[in-house]
Amino acid sequence: MPVDSPSLSTELVEKAHNIGATIAGPAADAVDRDARFPTEGINALKKERMMSAFVPTEFGGLGCSVSDLSAICTALGQYCSATAMVYAMHQIQVACIVRHGQASPYFKQYLTELTETEGLIASATSEIGVGGDVRSSICAVERDGDNYTLVKQAPVISYGEHADDILTTARRAPDAASNDQVIVMVRKANRTLEPTGDWNTLGFRGTCSLGFKLSVKGKVEEIVPAPYADISSQTMLPISHIVWTSLWLGIATNAVSRARAYIRAEARKNPGKTPAASVRLAEVVSTLQTMRATVADATREYERAMDDPDALSSMAFAIRMNNLKLTCSKLVIDIVSQALLICGMAGYKINSPYSLSRHLRDAYGAAIMINNDRIYGSNAAMLLVSKDD
Amino acid sequence: MTERIRDIVQQHGRLSTEVSQLADTSDLYQAGLTSHASVNLMLALEEAFNVEFPERMLRRRTFETIANIRDAIGELTGSPSASA
Repeated sequence: MPVDSPSLSTELVEKAHNIGATIAGPAADAVDRDARFPTEGINALKKERMMSAFVPTEFGGLGCSVSDLSAICTALGQYCSATAMVYAMHQIQVACIVRHGQASPYFKQYLTELTETEGLIASATSEIGVGGDVRSSICAVERDGDNYTLVKQAPVISYGEHADDILTTARRAPDAASNDQVIVMVRKANRTLEPTGDWNTLGFRGTCSLGFKLSVKGKVEEIVPAPYADISSQTMLPISHIVWTSLWLGIATNAVSRARAYIRAEARKNPGKTPAASVRLAEVVSTLQTMRATVADATREYERAMDDPDALSSMAFAIRMNNLKLTCSKLVIDIVSQALLICGMAGYKINSPYSLSRHLRDAYGAAIMINNDRIYGSNAAMLLVSKDD
Repeated sequence: MTERIRDIVQQHGRLSTEVSQLADTSDLYQAGLTSHASVNLMLALEEAFNVEFPERMLRRRTFETIANIRDAIGELTGSPSASA
């Protein structure tokens, strides 16, 4: 159980703002333009030991809480969405090991190693042929004594080429059902990655989320002992939605900051006259508050239930975590669009301090990564039996 | 009751294993029960036994095994759950 220390929280958020303002933010336009990995931001986070922030102190980590991760992602999202997204996705993988790997001596050692190397972990959960359903795999772990092999056709592995390790889902064995999955920590030395597609998208360009054929020859001890079904419902899914919506909140917050700065500059130019768009600013600030409250509420709910696997497996909880993602992915588009109307031509321009080009392109990714229609479909099915009242 | 539950699981569970090959305590999720199929299974159980699962029962564990389903239905219908 992470210790929620107010001083640690403040310190981490300050560090995130500092890295964002001085390192990740200044590089953000180049990262976006060139669709390149946000090396500067991630290296700065490593230097501050923030990659292992969620690792408990007994392994040498900072032992931060889920709310701390959320606050860090929101801070980073205000400066560089790619840095924030890579950081968020890495923390999802770390959380899976922290929460489900500690029964294994190998993964205890892995956590210690992580605090020494500040290594970066990517994720390969989707697979070509399963129709976007991450709770289903085609590829399987093939064991041979202490060794295993695995070949996966991954449509997307975000920052795969830049990661040290890749947490990968697969069926437990060649004769296992498609939903009888495990996750495997694929170490850099044990894998080959052959790119099968490019990553030239509207937004989140710096995440370098190419498709790959992933071929692995590893050791059986690198398979996380807990079933993926549990890891997914208790940790991967809720934490993903929390850290993603947190960084979208960062993008929305910065869009509103730009709108506010624009309105203020306008007001200064014409003293005594309230700029026409100031009413829109009042409106968008209220929407931003709704988004912030939605993220905070879901994070608190998760933290309350996080040590109760039974509660985390309930339909009501799954529906609420899905709603977090659905609501915030719409709000981020609403907020950035409002900010664009406020800034007008200055926001529409790419090379302006009030530009919202990146924010707008990133915002549209939120509804698409794990497509909202799929999540609505899943909630619709659950609501045939769940009342959630 | 167990036989009826087994029939319903066979019909709606879309398992990768025949239900007749499973023990009452076998893990249905490991046998291929997906979250999507589990909703159809719940609806069929509600229909067959004329019950409605309360929110507290809509958890993974309730539908993990045939024995767990029998306990849940037994509790809702007031039948002694231990009877096979």
